[in-house]
Amino acid sequence: MMETLEEIKARTEAAVQGARITLIANTSPSGQRSLLIDNEHAVAVAEFLRDDPQLRLDYCSNVTGVDWLDRVVKTKVKVKKMVNEVEKEVEEPREESLPGYLEAVYHLYSIAHKHGPVIIRLRTADRAGNVHLPSLTSVYRSAEFQEREIFDLYGIHFDGHPDLRRILMWDEFVDFPMRKDYREPDDYEYEPTPHDEVSEKAREHRASLQ
Amino acid sequence: MTSRLEGETLQISMGPQHPSTHGVFRMNVALDGEVVTKLKPVFGYLHRNHEKIGENASYLGSMPYTDRLDYFCSMTNNWAYALSVEKLAGIDVPERAEYLRVILAELTRLQNHVSLLGFLLSDMGAWGTPLMYAFREREKILDLFESLSGARMMCNYMRFGGCRCDTPQGWIESAKKIVAEFPRFLDEFDQLIVSNEILLARTQGIGKLSADLAISAGITGPMLRASGVNYDIRKVDGYGIYPRFKFRVPLGDHGDCYDRLMMRVLELRESLDILKPALNEIPAGPVINPKVKIRSFRPPAGEAYGRIEAPKGELGFYLISDGGTNPYRYRVRPPSFVNLTILEDLCLGHTVADVMVILGSIDIVLGEVDR
Repeated sequence: MMETLEEIKARTEAAVQGARITLIANTSPSGQRSLLIDNEHAVAVAEFLRDDPQLRLDYCSNVTGVDWLDRVVKTKVKVKKMVNEVEKEVEEPREESLPGYLEAVYHLYSIAHKHGPVIIRLRTADRAGNVHLPSLTSVYRSAEFQEREIFDLYGIHFDGHPDLRRILMWDEFVDFPMRKDYREPDDYEYEPTPHDEVSEKAREHRASLQ
Repeated sequence: MTSRLEGETLQISMGPQHPSTHGVFRMNVALDGEVVTKLKPVFGYLHRNHEKIGENASYLGSMPYTDRLDYFCSMTNNWAYALSVEKLAGIDVPERAEYLRVILAELTRLQNHVSLLGFLLSDMGAWGTPLMYAFREREKILDLFESLSGARMMCNYMRFGGCRCDTPQGWIESAKKIVAEFPRFLDEFDQLIVSNEILLARTQGIGKLSADLAISAGITGPMLRASGVNYDIRKVDGYGIYPRFKFRVPLGDHGDCYDRLMMRVLELRESLDILKPALNEIPAGPVINPKVKIRSFRPPAGEAYGRIEAPKGELGFYLISDGGTNPYRYRVRPPSFVNLTILEDLCLGHTVADVMVILGSIDIVLGEVDR
């Protein structure tokens, strides 16, 4: 039998200096909880999980991305207010916006001990500018194509990946289609043609006449 | 006169329209003479963003679409998806449905391995005959699928909590007959191929994969076991009712193309060992859990990863539910996509003719690789 996630978390934090690990609950009947690992120590933690003689999580089965959009949490706060010159306690709605993030999820199993899964997650700082995560390809070779796929479809940059290129979409493609706010183009076949230049020139010409 | 070609490498693009890539798959190969010095696979010709479509469809709506992943093995695709949703929602499966699932998965394994052997031999130049022999056997199993589900390849047969319909009259008997006759074909095929001198020369020592690299690269299925690693999800997870059946897990020694090929031949016989008792012991009863809501099915919020031993390796589905009718995240872990990770490592130093054999021995289906 495998250790509980609490024991794994405690042992990992003891073994990897400064690692910050959070347990993520799962309300589904599957009960597969996961460990959120801070980005700085992700590679060290993965190496520990792989090499620790009790765990030996040597097989990284599934690597995937998840997009969590910005959320607005609505709460009601009691505020004292003057209503008709009498002080009253009034409930006021407050909106708190939580920033979204992109997540990479790794499902680890042990072929040596035949147990698992231990699920680890990494989170980016936000969805727009800071979408960097450390690559675990140096620890698990199986992450190579799967991290490339996440880069392709979600736009997470895996630092330290040996060959981070688009894999399923073509190289010239610009957006990230698996993101939740992705908008499909109106015309998939659109390509700039000389005709566009001509009509642009004509448009400029008409504008200059007015 | 000195040779001006010396030291020059030749860049060639194998595929996407190449008969031995088994679909629209391309490899950019650099050749030094006839020896491969670099090989980069190019994917995506069949990409239709299956996962995005899955997120925009209801849970049940994705079931027929899983058929199109690995279009040789729609039954195991259905099972992997149904298993994951059953984990996500906590659904039990009735006894008869579990038996049917095992029977169908093993029949799928039979026809997948048999057609792979045929394809691999035709890649090696045994054009026609072995492939036709293999397809003759596959056809019998597809007929069984058709009489059960109405479709030969796109079966769309499993449902959350069971199977779509019960077997028609006499189905179990015809399945028994096919299973009983199968060893005769296997013996014949064995004689035809296994000790064939050309086949030995083309496959032995070609594309060796070490056990350490195989584990690190997440290789699964017959390819992993050909490298001598004992890991079969049917044994490890014991999903469904597999723990009730006695079967062995064949292992290879060298991890070369010959071992990968033989793994399939040996697994065929083990599948028959599962099928025989399963077909004899299958109980009567309902084939679907009546408590499962079919319309507006909403699993509780949370996530689940379920996996099975598909004929090509570990097929997993990772689902996140937000409590709605569509999955928030629908991910397919395709075995043949991950198995391609080490294609370059296997091909380096071999001739371009061996690349065909190595690729064939990995057993890819592009519907699943590109999704």
